[in-house]
Amino acid sequence: MFEPVLLKNIDAPDGHLLSTFEAGGGYRALAKALREYTPDEVVELVKRSNLRGRGGAGFSTGMKWSFVPKQTGKPKYLCCNADEGEPGTFKDRIIMERDPHQLVEGLAVSAYAIRAKTAYVYIRGEYVTAIRRLEQAIAEAHEKGYLGTGILGSDFNFAIHIHCGAGAYICGEETAMLESLEGKRAQPRLKPPFPAVAGLYASPTVINNVETLACVPHIVTRGPDWFRGIGPDKSPGPKLYCLSGQVHKPGLYELPMGIPLRELVEDHAGGPLPGRKIKAVIPGGVSAPVIPERGLDVGMDFDSLAAAGSMLGSAGVVVIDDSTCMVKVATRIIEFFHHESCGKCTPCREGLNWVVKVLRRIEAGDGAPGDLEQLDMLCKGIFGNTFCALGDGAAMGLQGRTRAFPR
Amino acid sequence: MTMREKIEEAAARYPDQRSAIMPALLIAQKEHGHLPGPLLEEVADILGVERIWVYELATFYTLFHTEPVGMFHLQLCDNISCMLCGSEDLLKHLETVLGIKRGDTTPDGLFTLSTVECLGACEMAPVMQVGDDYHGNLNVARINALLDSLRATVGRVASVEHASTRPPGE
Ligand SMILES: Cc1cc2nc3c(=O)[nH]c(=O)nc-3n(C[C@H](O)[C@H](O)[C@H](O)COP(=O)(O)O)c2cc1C
Ligand code: SF4
Ligand code: FES
Repeated sequence: MFEPVLLKNIDAPDGHLLSTFEAGGGYRALAKALREYTPDEVVELVKRSNLRGRGGAGFSTGMKWSFVPKQTGKPKYLCCNADEGEPGTFKDRIIMERDPHQLVEGLAVSAYAIRAKTAYVYIRGEYVTAIRRLEQAIAEAHEKGYLGTGILGSDFNFAIHIHCGAGAYICGEETAMLESLEGKRAQPRLKPPFPAVAGLYASPTVINNVETLACVPHIVTRGPDWFRGIGPDKSPGPKLYCLSGQVHKPGLYELPMGIPLRELVEDHAGGPLPGRKIKAVIPGGVSAPVIPERGLDVGMDFDSLAAAGSMLGSAGVVVIDDSTCMVKVATRIIEFFHHESCGKCTPCREGLNWVVKVLRRIEAGDGAPGDLEQLDMLCKGIFGNTFCALGDGAAMGLQGRTRAFPR
Repeated sequence: MTMREKIEEAAARYPDQRSAIMPALLIAQKEHGHLPGPLLEEVADILGVERIWVYELATFYTLFHTEPVGMFHLQLCDNISCMLCGSEDLLKHLETVLGIKRGDTTPDGLFTLSTVECLGACEMAPVMQVGDDYHGNLNVARINALLDSLRATVGRVASVEHASTRPPGE
């Protein structure tokens, strides 16, 4: 039986309080890291664990941390991406609402590793409960000396600040988030320079997702081999899956990476609603191409889903049954991207506008021969030609849907 | 704490005042309900930043309202998971019982009805945010009960105010 670690406290009535967290072994990873390891050794542990970012792109976390230059006169920053805007995704909210100390400890250990003294947690403004709980957790941790100056008798100083977003999906893109933190409109930056070299206030900056950071203390406590022993070696670890849509038991599930999508949907989430059949599943938020029912045996990890022409993304698993029209699904998703396009580059801003028009016409029953070809041409014009991955995600998702359901 | 003090406290978290514009606008909006032009200028002056920077953010981010909104802002999610769980019918129902279209405010100023993108609570789809609170697993009956309870809180607020303005002894 797989033993959950990330969701261990999730159903505890006082899971958000320090006392509950400490009783379950909380802040021991921080104490261990400070006592037994140098910052570089923590980076090494995380590298050896093969932890890959849970925010969507699946980049190696240890590798990302090792790009931070050690000798600079500038301060280093850790930014936590808690913007969680990918439709179908709600895991970071639940961690912050029910077990916020897990994130606080993850931030502290990670900041120690990259030698940052300040972290900003960028939380979407709608998450009022999560914001309150995290504020409370930060205050409690300060009082107990897990944050502040000379943490647990070491010479490590560290403070966490919350920065509330104000409703823009693009703020989840890491360089747009940095612009937003600097008080500007959230429009992505040109890379390079990468944030690890010149990020927030042009200083070395690491940006990690909430779930990624929450994994770090467990790696310190249980060791990288434990982590790598769960799921595929190249894409391992415990993983949070967000199940929603037309499914019997929607909710948040913690299971190993690589679990077959079919098992996740049919066994754990109880399969389709009574009397319905599953038509397709979006495996990783709406940027991820849909997987038709016959493809459900794919493993839920970065590499297997990429090989199947989709992606793990944010692990927002949206189940669609046979009562739903796929054109309607496609239209709604493209409307979302069109609405959230930041307007900086033409292929995304104008291209999505045209895609929405064609799709709405098809949905209204006025499809014409050549429409699919036109959509394909529009997607090709967008994919690979945009400034950030929002445009790519929109085009890739749509092409996946038209390939799987060419009607 | 006054609005100025709250904004100054928030600004202390950043090495650069410009970063504090967003938190300052959230504070100002919380106090005043929305963000009219003079308030934006006040925020700029408190932080000592360019006014145009403040305008820019107030109009870019969707959670900022430069126009007044109703006492209760009903924000129904109509993104993918909520759509799959019936949010379209709920929108029609809300438009019918409130007698307004999405984007509008009822004439009594009580309700503004909007649709929003995914609220990050799809496990309880369909979801609607009202003020700071999420209401999930909605259906027509629950929406009706919610509207009733919101109207009842207004009644309570009004009668408390009324009671406290009554001269003693009456
Ligand atoms: C349009 C767009 C939206 C994104 N939204 C999010 C988000 O809401 N949360 C998140 O963690 N990452 C999001 N990302 C990915 C981030 O840019 C970044 O890769 C991630 O936060 C890095 O953290 P990780 O390495 O821990 O995954 C988004 C990317 C794009 C292109
Ligand atoms: S791809 Fe879209 S969201 Fe990204 S920079 Fe271009 S316009 Fe903005
Ligand atoms: S789609 Fe409605 S809350 Fe996510």
